[in-house]
Amino acid sequence: MIVFVVRRLIETVVVLVLVSFIAFSLLHITPGDPALFILGDTATPERIQALRQELWLDQPLYVQYARWATNLLQGNLGNSIVFRESVAKLFAVRLPITFHLGIVALFLSILVSIPAGILSAVRRGGWLDSIINVSANLAMAVPIFWLGILGIYFFALNLRWLPVQGYTAPTDDFWLSTRQLVMPAICLALVPLASLTRQTRSSMLEVIRQDYIRTARSKGLSEWQVITEHALKNAIIPVVTLLGMQLRNLVGGAILVEQVFNIPGMGRLLVSGVFGKDYILVQGMVMIVGVVVALANLAVDISYGYIDPRIRYDE
Amino acid sequence: MSTTIIPSAPQTSTAFGDLQTPHTKSWQRFLRVFLGRKVVIFGAVIIAILIFVALTADWITPYDPYQQNLRESLKPPSSAHWLGTDALGRDTLSRIIYGTRTSLAVGVNSVGLAALIGMTLGLLAGYLGGWISTLIMRCVDALMAIPPLMLALAIGAALGGGLNNVIISLGISLIPTYVRLMRGQVLAVKQSDYIKASEIIGSSDLRTMLAHVLPNCLSPLIVLITLNLGVAIIAEAGLSFVGLGITPPGAAWGSMVNDGYRYLLSNPILSFAPGFCVMLVVLAFNLVGDGLRDALDPRLRGTL
Repeated sequence: MIVFVVRRLIETVVVLVLVSFIAFSLLHITPGDPALFILGDTATPERIQALRQELWLDQPLYVQYARWATNLLQGNLGNSIVFRESVAKLFAVRLPITFHLGIVALFLSILVSIPAGILSAVRRGGWLDSIINVSANLAMAVPIFWLGILGIYFFALNLRWLPVQGYTAPTDDFWLSTRQLVMPAICLALVPLASLTRQTRSSMLEVIRQDYIRTARSKGLSEWQVITEHALKNAIIPVVTLLGMQLRNLVGGAILVEQVFNIPGMGRLLVSGVFGKDYILVQGMVMIVGVVVALANLAVDISYGYIDPRIRYDE
Repeated sequence: MSTTIIPSAPQTSTAFGDLQTPHTKSWQRFLRVFLGRKVVIFGAVIIAILIFVALTADWITPYDPYQQNLRESLKPPSSAHWLGTDALGRDTLSRIIYGTRTSLAVGVNSVGLAALIGMTLGLLAGYLGGWISTLIMRCVDALMAIPPLMLALAIGAALGGGLNNVIISLGISLIPTYVRLMRGQVLAVKQSDYIKASEIIGSSDLRTMLAHVLPNCLSPLIVLITLNLGVAIIAEAGLSFVGLGITPPGAAWGSMVNDGYRYLLSNPILSFAPGFCVMLVVLAFNLVGDGLRDALDPRLRGTL
């Protein structure tokens, strides 16, 4: 077990070094001089020279990377070009907002998808199965930003059940915060929800027809016990794998959802960074998200040992 | 998607004439399963309409999609303008019709790019193994640690907007899945006797890879390509919605949803119609992809 964890840790570090190469190279695949590209043709030569120095563009590439990476390891992500503020500070304000949105969406998708997938598998071929399948297909196809706009039109502008847009911290006004979060969280939960439902259904179907399930039934266990205690335990493993991968969908989706609902989180920050040609900000964002995703995958891999006793790492 | 899939049509059957019979039967079975489900036909029809509309856009649009007419701006749907007009007085239906070209161009080209690069890398990683495989797979892991939409945005930021850059940035973000799937396929196929036979008779690595390994890895990749067309189209819509896609006068469904968002209270159709098209087209590719999977791979039939 320890050998496995150490090996996975080393792999994670290697992956993060490669992510840092990707993030670093973003500045350098720009056409022409990055400083000129960022500031535009109207900038004075002095300003361009100052930025070149700030970004160490006058140094050889490996020196630039070494300096950038050293700062990164010390938690210094540099200063945003657009906001004229430390990138780490910008993240500190916005990360909790996106985290709040993401965690609610994640729980929502787990709470709905696993029961839906089980029901769909147990009632295979029935009308409930059809409804769940059609809904999952639609949910995979619907552009979430468009669904958000539909939601705003019907539930906020016409029915006036929910606020139109915006974000309030739950510590300021819990009720308003929750009401504001309903639509964004549903939109964000949609894609993970659909794929988790499909995965739960198919791995349940796989497990249900195995012999030990028949044995459990013939022992006289109730159907509820057979499903929850025998079938689900084995069916859940691929679902957990997929759950680890949903983090990417959540981060990607947050970019769109925050845009539609005007939520000042990481997604909106990224979009303003992209439009402001703020590479320092974009690089920092790629790094932070890369670290979070890599650590989440590590956690998922390690958790297999606890979920599935058949998996032994030290072999 | 499973990792090891038995190819349904053996394509190295030239040595034995009698293998031709199962070959045609499997082809018939493919058609029967594929066309046997109404939803798959529905998806195929939508895709056919999409391609037709994209090809004939110049002739079937009622108006010039770029023609501004401020006196006609923000008109509701009428017999003259079936889906109304936008803030610049451009006909919404005509712009949606031209939007099919953007969606298809981005979908086909970015997926083509990703499949070409991803399959090559996956073939190399799976067949050659060793440090090449390690290097390729670690790079893929790194790409997978960055959410595709975010990667596309970041690359788009560096390259700038416009059709070609959207294709490149989406293409790069789609590569990892192809590498992983292709490598898994190759590792499975490599164990077969006919691959060993090819090596024993002295075929070069290149010949074995292209003539024997590749053709037997294709069916799940065809499914992935189909499903990915939907993924690319919805991602392009997302990029255009955020504003980093097709540059302004060009018609893209995502940016039309965003433009219409400002007039949601008075002209909701400006946002509703193009977004609905995205959903319909993505749904069609997903349905056809699912149908292809069931038809190409009997082992997955009924479980997914």
